[in-house]
Amino acid sequence: MKFEIPIGPQHPALKEPISLRMTVEGEVIRDADIRLGYNHRGLEKLAEEKTWIQNIYLTERICGICSHSHTSCYVQGVEKLMELAPPRRGLYIRYLISELERVHSHLLWLGVAGHEAGFDSFFMYTWRDREVVMDLLEMISGNRVHYAMNAIGGVRRDLDDAQRQKILDGVAVLRKRTEYYFHIGANEPSFVGRLAGVGRLTKERAVALCAVGPTARASGVARDVRKDDPYAVYDEIDFELCTADTCDVLGRTVVRIKELMESYKIIEFIVRNLPAGEIAVRAPRKAKPNEAVSRYEAPRGENIHYIKSNGSDKPERLKVRAPTLANYPATVEMLRNGFIADIPLIFAAIDPCICCAERSVELIDARSGEERTVRMSDLRRLAAARRRASGLKGKAEWPF
Amino acid sequence: MAVLRTFLYLLVYPGLLFLFVYGTFCEWFDRKIYARLQNRMGPTHTGRFGLLQPVADFFKLLAKEDIVPERADKTLFSLLPVFGIAIVGAAGLLLPVWNFDLAVPGPTSFPGDIIVLLYLLSLPTLVFFLAGWASTNFFSIIGGTRVLTMLFGYEVPLFLAVLSPAVLAGSWRLAEIAAFYQARPLLVLPNLVGFVVALIAVQAKLERTPFDIPHAETEIVGGTFTEYSGKKLALFRLMIDIEMVVSAGLLATVFLGGFPGGALLGFASFVVKTLFIIFLLSLIRAMTSRIRVDQVVLFAWKYLAPLAVAQLLAVILIKGLRS
Repeated sequence: MKFEIPIGPQHPALKEPISLRMTVEGEVIRDADIRLGYNHRGLEKLAEEKTWIQNIYLTERICGICSHSHTSCYVQGVEKLMELAPPRRGLYIRYLISELERVHSHLLWLGVAGHEAGFDSFFMYTWRDREVVMDLLEMISGNRVHYAMNAIGGVRRDLDDAQRQKILDGVAVLRKRTEYYFHIGANEPSFVGRLAGVGRLTKERAVALCAVGPTARASGVARDVRKDDPYAVYDEIDFELCTADTCDVLGRTVVRIKELMESYKIIEFIVRNLPAGEIAVRAPRKAKPNEAVSRYEAPRGENIHYIKSNGSDKPERLKVRAPTLANYPATVEMLRNGFIADIPLIFAAIDPCICCAERSVELIDARSGEERTVRMSDLRRLAAARRRASGLKGKAEWPF
Repeated sequence: MAVLRTFLYLLVYPGLLFLFVYGTFCEWFDRKIYARLQNRMGPTHTGRFGLLQPVADFFKLLAKEDIVPERADKTLFSLLPVFGIAIVGAAGLLLPVWNFDLAVPGPTSFPGDIIVLLYLLSLPTLVFFLAGWASTNFFSIIGGTRVLTMLFGYEVPLFLAVLSPAVLAGSWRLAEIAAFYQARPLLVLPNLVGFVVALIAVQAKLERTPFDIPHAETEIVGGTFTEYSGKKLALFRLMIDIEMVVSAGLLATVFLGGFPGGALLGFASFVVKTLFIIFLLSLIRAMTSRIRVDQVVLFAWKYLAPLAVAQLLAVILIKGLRS
């Protein structure tokens, strides 16, 4: 018996609204369909009406977890447009926050993976230890989530020696805990049994479907913007690119834990070798007409911002390509022929951030498979037409 | 007078009221242990040490809106929780805590009561399956089929493991089995393998991690209970609590030598032993991750069933040597 089960838009496994429709036969998934557009906020349009500086705070709010990734990516691009060279101390602090953010994001992901696999103890432990890095971020920036550290031409807050020592202490604690998680992730039989061989994505398919970040690296694709196209300080720092060749969720877990260890290394290097000097340079109010593409390795993968300026103090266009969006095609591939029990794990393994990825509304006609992108005015007209046509009120039909 | 006594027996002690109080206490104990193992506090607020939290949860659920889906089989849907409570309540009466005296056997102690108890403990599984099926929700149906699929895995090892101490004791009566091991405490040791098998099977029967597959919330929302709410859900939760008490009591009876020492001491040892077993169950729950339903069946037939058979063979061997 074949039937379709809806995962989302509201579902306990999803923290954000997205709709996955699975055609299942018994426990086996035969086909998967992802429907987006439940979290569209019109951020890109809004960005065109705000100044360069205001947009830092807007892009920060694209996502809660990788808030620094989006601002850094945006600020990098704007600095290119304005031909600014931020001082090295400023850059070091900016990418220190980046790595701390990667640590907190990966620890968060580990917890989520534990929860999706029904291993709540793991979830509780990792989230407890995540508090260490959250406290460090709060100490540096004053905030736990939206750090507001970036400014065009540098960062907004400096580090003092006491803070540097605290960061080193915190990282030492985290390193020990992460080794323990690595041990659990590789040895707890029920956990490994649940992750190994789940959500396979071969190297060829990963390349063909343009997977990014840990999803691609777990399939053996050595793809990391920090190595491929080292921005700012990453060519001065020694770290390894972590890959795995198991091509499954276990590999994605291992890659993330290894990356945690590399991030600790980077953080320690930055804190120990923090150059002296200013933290920011003064930025002009306007940018010459030009366009720039900025790439940044967010915890979830490559983040791309395309920025176009027209000589005013506002961008003409800001386009955000979040890593989650790049990983959707690969997710559909991974879900096929898996078990229902693996849906949350596979989907969580790309570390989806729906609010990052929702940029435009795309409608897919369920019957013809035809896709089209619509504007808000069209949607409004459609909704009005539908309301008139239906005539019924308060009689919702169960979706299947 | 006899009627009143029977009513007290059924409704107060050891009947529903006692099972309710002790069941909620065990839920609190389980939650607390589970929370402490995860470095959390667990319930703290309601009552001293949060002892009343499960009771509060129960009454709060009773007060919640009770929704019956339009397309559900309404009679079955509404009857099942009551039916379930009746089943586990009846199973609770069979434990030899209140049937300890072999000279004056209570009305619920008779030869073969271990079989009846095992039968009554199998029925909740069917209740859960029917509950899922009657809900006509896809998540519930998947949950219901998972309940049944798991049953094929753990039920046979559980029966083999629980019956082998009975074979050694040469009796199908719980009170006699307990008395046998009280007289010869050393004979508890050969049953250790069976104890482990039964513990894991009971964990699966109670649908707790790593076997919480039928209501794996991240996969199929509430599973079997997706459509249940209010009073019916409260009754189901109470039913699971009581089922946990009865299963722990059964394991304590056949593997840990029952509850010696008459009404009071026997009761104290009942509390200690069941809490010990629930502690072990909580430990398993905290240490493992949920596995897949196919992995359960594979695990049960690859490891649990052979171990249970080995246990049975060992018991038969020992019995032969002893005679």
